Amino acid sequence: MSAGAPVRLEGLRLAFGDMPAAEVDLDVRSGEIVVLLGPSGCGKSTILRALAGLLTPTAGRAEVDGKPVGGSNEACAMVFQEDALLPWRSAARNVEYALKLRGVPRGQRRQEAEELLAQVGLEGFFDHLPGQLSGGMRQRVQLARTLATRPRVMLMDEPFGALDAQTRSEMQQLLISVWRQYGTTILFVTHDVDEAMLLGDRIVLLSPRPAVVREIVDIRSPRRPGAQFEPEFARRRYEILASMGDAPPAELSPEGA
Amino acid sequence: MTTTPVSQQSLIPTNDPTAVTPRPRPGLRAVLRPLPVPGAWPRRLAAGAQAALPLAAALLVWYLLTANDVVLWLRFDKVPGPADVFDTLKGQLTSGSYYQDLLASLRRILLGFGLAAVSGVAIGMAIGRSRVVQALVRPLIEVARPIPAIALVPLAILMFPTGEQGIVFITFFAAFFPVAVSTIHAMKTLPKVWEEAARTMGARRLSVLAHVVLPGAMPGIFSGLSVSMGVAWICVISAEMISGQFGIGYYTWQSYGLLDYSGVVVGMLSIGILGWGTAWLVERLGSRVNRWLPRSAR
Ligand SMILES: Nc1ncnc2c1ncn2[C@@H]1O[C@H](COP(=O)(O)OP(=O)(O)O)[C@@H](O)[C@H]1O
Ligand SMILES: [Mg+2]
Repeated sequence: MSAGAPVRLEGLRLAFGDMPAAEVDLDVRSGEIVVLLGPSGCGKSTILRALAGLLTPTAGRAEVDGKPVGGSNEACAMVFQEDALLPWRSAARNVEYALKLRGVPRGQRRQEAEELLAQVGLEGFFDHLPGQLSGGMRQRVQLARTLATRPRVMLMDEPFGALDAQTRSEMQQLLISVWRQYGTTILFVTHDVDEAMLLGDRIVLLSPRPAVVREIVDIRSPRRPGAQFEPEFARRRYEILASMGDAPPAELSPEGA
Repeated sequence: MTTTPVSQQSLIPTNDPTAVTPRPRPGLRAVLRPLPVPGAWPRRLAAGAQAALPLAAALLVWYLLTANDVVLWLRFDKVPGPADVFDTLKGQLTSGSYYQDLLASLRRILLGFGLAAVSGVAIGMAIGRSRVVQALVRPLIEVARPIPAIALVPLAILMFPTGEQGIVFITFFAAFFPVAVSTIHAMKTLPKVWEEAARTMGARRLSVLAHVVLPGAMPGIFSGLSVSMGVAWICVISAEMISGQFGIGYYTWQSYGLLDYSGVVVGMLSIGILGWGTAWLVERLGSRVNRWLPRSAR
């Protein structure tokens, strides 16, 4: 399977006009899940878009596997929050388009698309249009489509932000199992602390706009099932909220109580 | 990167709640393809009857007004009645020249409209996606757009070697603008995320144009095409009346010259039916191409 690639952001500055949106230094090891956590509007999407080559930095460098990001960059694939599927193509045909872009010969595309969709739990929905699928299913198709490009880095921009709690937790489990199989590097954006702690090896806390790295939190034994029910989890959660300036007063904290 | 095929086995354990079991979805197919459903024929007949009723009513009113030589400010006493028109039509249907006229008009429409559709979409896309093209071409379009196509007849007669080409050009000119303008508009309203997704998957310019921009713009393009088809008929008929040698517009004008008023009405009705037919074709094609739209937006 295509293994992950390291990602390096060095003095990366992004701006709209002369309004700075982000100034980031960050090293991501290959095969790691790094979660970018920050308040809405701080510049998280902007950082991912720069990595995807959709936005040119005003200064600094963004490198994937030692090579600067540019133009259309096949090493990074992006999963968007909104409906980024092509609505006139069925689930299978959406995946087939990604396969076509990867250069898979026409005759093999359908079968490989069906395998990928089966992998994300969409057997029987191959011929459904995105409009006929639920939000969670559409994000599954996006995941399959992204995997079809054999990405070495997956950029995920609040991919589960619009889903209900139950579906979201299903999708988190699915993402973890897919990541275990493919070993891609994942940069995952969210503003949900619990999601960050469930998925990440490391959590990068960003300041409000312009996004600057405030702190990098290492998660000990990441993605351990049931971890969220342990007191340790609550304590870390509180710490993260506190350093984001979002925590209740100290006497209400798990330790104060 | 290895090329090991994706494992066929699902990653999801069978007891995992993430495994979505495929549910049968009765009715979805039927929504997409309404034709083969049993009961479609009675429904079609009912729809046909619904369309026929107002037409029959109009026919009846026409008959009553003309048969009784009604003069109610409007003078119906000189207007040919349905029977006269039917006789003339019968005569025309057995003469070869009527079909020749119909075919000539249809050919001009299809050529002019076809050229307008292709170039309108191409130029509209170029303007919508490139600032440079927009700056260079948009002023030309804005100046040319208000000129009624029929005002081009003198120049068309002067410039084109044959009248036939002149008429096709005039039709093309009229039909071009609705398509171009609605294509430009569709370019501007296309969700950015589709193109961005394609680009992050490695799509180049041409692939984005062919697989993302064009299909995504089809709903807008087709609303332009419908308008354009209507305008094309107006212009082809007017141009034929002024400078044609065949064609249903020429026939209608010719009949007027011979004071054959039932011929005029036969011509008018023929235009109406042909126009209706071509509009229906565009509509049909549009709903086929844009089948993916939510039903309310179609
Ligand atoms: N195309 C744009 N032009 C100007 N400002 C933008 C643009 N896109 C985003 N912004 C602004 O940049 C800031 C960061 O946006 P974004 O990265 O989308 O935030 P988030 O962290 O919520 O993903 C926001 O204040 C937003 O208003
Ligand atoms: Mg965002």
